[in-house]
Amino acid sequence: MAEPLLQIREISKSFGSVAANVDISFDVTEGEILGLIGPNGAGKSSLFNIIAGEIAPDRGEILFAGQRISGIGAVACARLGIGRTFQVVRSFDSMTVLENVLVGAFLRARRTRAALRRAEEVIAVCGLAGRSDTVAHRLSPPEKRRLEIARALATEPRLLLLDEVLTGLTPTEAREGMQLVRDLRAQGITIIMVEHVMEVLLPLIDRAVVLNLGRKLLEGVPAEIVRHPEVIRAYLGDRYSG
Amino acid sequence: MVERAGRALLSRRRRELLLGAVVLALLAALPLGVSGAYLRGLIVLALLYAGLSQAWNILGGYCGQISLGHALYFGIGAYTSALLFTRAGLSPFIGMFAGGLLSGLSAFLVGIPCFRLSGHYYAIATIVIGMMAALLASNWDFINAAQGITIPFHGEAWRNLQFRTAVLPFHYVMLVYAALMWLIAWVIEGSRWGFYWRAVKDDVTAARSLGVSIYPSKLAAAAISGAATGIGGALYAQYVGFIDPESAFDLSLSVLIALPAVVGGIGTLWGPLLGAAVLIPVQQLSVAWFGSAAGGIDLMVYGALIMVLALSRPEGLVSFFHGRARQEAVDHG
Repeated sequence: MAEPLLQIREISKSFGSVAANVDISFDVTEGEILGLIGPNGAGKSSLFNIIAGEIAPDRGEILFAGQRISGIGAVACARLGIGRTFQVVRSFDSMTVLENVLVGAFLRARRTRAALRRAEEVIAVCGLAGRSDTVAHRLSPPEKRRLEIARALATEPRLLLLDEVLTGLTPTEAREGMQLVRDLRAQGITIIMVEHVMEVLLPLIDRAVVLNLGRKLLEGVPAEIVRHPEVIRAYLGDRYSG
Repeated sequence: MVERAGRALLSRRRRELLLGAVVLALLAALPLGVSGAYLRGLIVLALLYAGLSQAWNILGGYCGQISLGHALYFGIGAYTSALLFTRAGLSPFIGMFAGGLLSGLSAFLVGIPCFRLSGHYYAIATIVIGMMAALLASNWDFINAAQGITIPFHGEAWRNLQFRTAVLPFHYVMLVYAALMWLIAWVIEGSRWGFYWRAVKDDVTAARSLGVSIYPSKLAAAAISGAATGIGGALYAQYVGFIDPESAFDLSLSVLIALPAVVGGIGTLWGPLLGAAVLIPVQQLSVAWFGSAAGGIDLMVYGALIMVLALSRPEGLVSFFHGRARQEAVDHG
């Protein structure tokens, strides 16, 4: 069997006395859609930021395409081919949609014209073609999420990290979003998605890793996940308390 | 093939360049319509500040790093050129090149520790460094300390950048300087660096996730901005014929360099020129009208004007020209 695209090895991270991630290990195969699920506070965001290079783990290592990436920083991760979105959107608010995406496109294209071509391509893929000239802060929340995806796509990632891109959307918008994710996978991009609404995620993913209280609870295909008593307990507990 | 949106961006840039050429032609013809030496002098000064403020805008506007210590780079440029001219007899054209190089290097060196700070702390650090430099300059005998340097007249020649009737030739010298600064900003706006700097200004974390190295981006912007400011300092020294720490390193100069861009429209192509066109005449005229009668009234008038502009046009004077387009965007949005 081929080497996994991403190997996460015994990752631990604490913030002060709070253990966000404890000994987490799993693999991500090239071309799959992996769901990272768990209730609030399970350590999803922390792990996400570690994979993206934004924060360094205290212990453990991550290999991307066989290369150690833990601790090398977000810029280097982006160069190696890891793209990401942010849970709380981070648009460049003074810039138009096209200019936002251009920033991403300039990672692979040094010349403005080549970058423009790449940017227009991904803007069309993400369904923002009519909004290219709109300043980012005027976009609606779902459009801003699409912009986040477009910007990350412009960097031509092999691995795309999507942080709650389907949360807070109407059913129609969510369906369109799911179709977009499927289209991206069809292009050969490996995807890790964080969502805490399981209903949206389960039909979309090939496999899921469930986190709870900073630890990996289990991993498996969606059908196994929903039947697992510990998952039900973790989720119902969260839902009734929240 | 670049599609509709990309073509719109490219043609918008071509229109800006065309407008730039038209404005350049108009400004080149301006002395034909203005005969008084005082008014001409005013225009020379406004052009100089348009260039200086555009240089500041490269770092403060596009990259979002507010420096209140740009007098340091201005002073280094002015002193380098003046010293090379008076003591080594080197042409100011060599002097401004050397001065630009030194001030660019200084901006880079200042950036190394200061860009580890963020937001307001960077601005504060640049104020402190600027004030330290002013103090050092007024106590350093090698550069005549507080006495300053008088630049002797070596004969009318472009080589010396000295003229018997100084105002008209300097109109063109400063115009070329301002136009060059504008052109640099225009090139930056359309380049990878320009987009990276604007990304750094808007959101550092998002920029990093797209592969933008923050620290080197800021250092590059600072070096270019500092070098461009230093060249302006060298031109100023040659124009006025006398520099001292008060006129070349003072904190108030740092503010004066930043203000036109801020008032005119920070991070825009036309902001510094518009801001200088309004602020410099008002400042000079308020000194002329109120300055001698009672100390400080000129500054009150000047300050009041800046407050009115800041309140009515928080996005800068350029927004007067964007007014209609923006309104349409609101209606459609």
